[in-house]
Amino acid sequence: MLGQGILKGLAETARNFFGSYINKDRLTTVQFPEERLPQIEATRDFPFLVYDGTDWDQGMRCVSCQICEKECPPKCIYIVKSADKKPDATGKPQFYPARFDIDISVCMSCQICVEVCPFDAIKMDVDFELSTTDRFGGLLLNKQQLAKSNEYYNKIHPTEAAAVDAALADERAKADAKLRQAAEAKAAAAAAPPTPPAEKTVVQ
Amino acid sequence: MSVLTESTIALSSGPVTDPGASQLLEVSMGPQHPSTHGVFRMDVSLDGEQVVKLKPVFGYLHRNHEKIAENESYLGCMPYTDRLDYICSITNNWAYALAVETLAGIKVPERAEYLRVITGELTRLQNHASLVGFLMQDMGASGTPLMYAFREREKILDLFEALTGARMMCNYMRFGGCRVDAPAGWLQQAQKVIDAFPKFLDEFESLLRTNEILMARTQGVGRVSKELAINAGLTGPMARASGVNYDLRKVDSYGIYDRFSFRVPLGEFGDVYDRYMIRLLEMRESLEILKQAMREIPAGPIMDPGTKIRGFRPKAGEAYGRIEAPKGELGFYLISDGTGNPYRFRVRPPSLINLTVLEDMCLGRNVADIVIILGSVDIVLGEVDR
Repeated sequence: MLGQGILKGLAETARNFFGSYINKDRLTTVQFPEERLPQIEATRDFPFLVYDGTDWDQGMRCVSCQICEKECPPKCIYIVKSADKKPDATGKPQFYPARFDIDISVCMSCQICVEVCPFDAIKMDVDFELSTTDRFGGLLLNKQQLAKSNEYYNKIHPTEAAAVDAALADERAKADAKLRQAAEAKAAAAAAPPTPPAEKTVVQ
Repeated sequence: MSVLTESTIALSSGPVTDPGASQLLEVSMGPQHPSTHGVFRMDVSLDGEQVVKLKPVFGYLHRNHEKIAENESYLGCMPYTDRLDYICSITNNWAYALAVETLAGIKVPERAEYLRVITGELTRLQNHASLVGFLMQDMGASGTPLMYAFREREKILDLFEALTGARMMCNYMRFGGCRVDAPAGWLQQAQKVIDAFPKFLDEFESLLRTNEILMARTQGVGRVSKELAINAGLTGPMARASGVNYDLRKVDSYGIYDRFSFRVPLGEFGDVYDRYMIRLLEMRESLEILKQAMREIPAGPIMDPGTKIRGFRPKAGEAYGRIEAPKGELGFYLISDGTGNPYRFRVRPPSLINLTVLEDMCLGRNVADIVIILGSVDIVLGEVDR
């Protein structure tokens, strides 16, 4: 029958239109800037640097090993390694990036820097409203712009961040235990009665 | 006083410079033409409304993919493969991972194989859904079928985002497995999408299968004979619509495809309507595979523990890995010289090779038919130009 296709199409459209008043699942779009869909947890766009504590410069986890710089496929990371060591959030002296730039106009959000980082220092952000009128300077992020706190990381990727925190705490506990053991051994050695090597020195 | 001769005003050789002999009109369709699905150009010579000659011109999106890959590490090549056929990044990852695995002899854990099948078949669903939507759009059904198709595609893209972090540039697979395991609740969510999908297919089919405009526009248009399909090296739904029984999931049974029972739909006439129907039927078969995979997926590791992702150096040799991508046979040919980056990296893109028969399909047809014939080939220019 001629015109059957049109009638079928109109019926389908009507079903979807009126159905959207009854069934919320049929409403597939939202009024974007005012109304927003919940963020999916695994979402990623551009990398940022995680810091512990409150001071972004001191607490930065990055120790400037430059693995991410080497592995980055489009080579959008630029790192200058420091000449000296500075105490990090736990007080241990570490190298730090004297300069850490990411050109997010080149970055392709592939997450390889996150995958290869042995220190859990670089993670993926979810902030997508990044438009700027300055396309060169505005999209070249420096160390301070990249630094975000561990609390922020916990907020945007809760599951992943909890796992990372647990692993880091575990590592630190192990390192502490090792240190304590070494210290105890030292103390025990010091408390022990005069040892043969000491006698040897006397002989010599 | 010199007379302006014909040769001084000639712009190109061909029918246009010969105004006396015929009345052919040369039209340049593209690269900004909305029906070309990207930046693709066709130099069409027309006799009235009929196509006499068609010359495809591509390369506008050439990005030097193969040469870039030769200067990247094996891991660094992976995100670039996402950009080939940007609709189905996961199957691109899979083909590349398969090539590296063949090269280095890596075994993939069971769960990773299942995750690959599930994400690969979801990719096929969303690719075919958007393709049939776009085909309707090319035919003049502006908006409605495409929006229905995109509504379904959106659900699958949400699944991809929850699993891999990105909707299109997934960068999901690694040689030796997959990058991340499915998060809690993901499989249930995927099951929900898979269960709801047949409803969309039924809706779509009842809407369009017997539509008189669709049938008039597509039946008998752009025919490819079985012989031509084989000789031109067509693969995927294009070849199967012409009756060539060639599906790499059956021929190679790569991964774990030999464990699933599914049928390969075949066309009879090789026209646009057959190619359209093949896609709809393939979606149903993909759903069958997905149902079986979701039922059987085991627990376990997702990465081969012996494989080093960073600083990966396979021994010298060569390998070809191919899979049945939604568009046809997608192959990666790798030569390794034992260093950290491939010595040669070659992509066999299904879109480009399926496009080679475009002139044969269009000759003698009207201009309006070119648009739907091109639409039924299912090309993505990221893959054609590389």
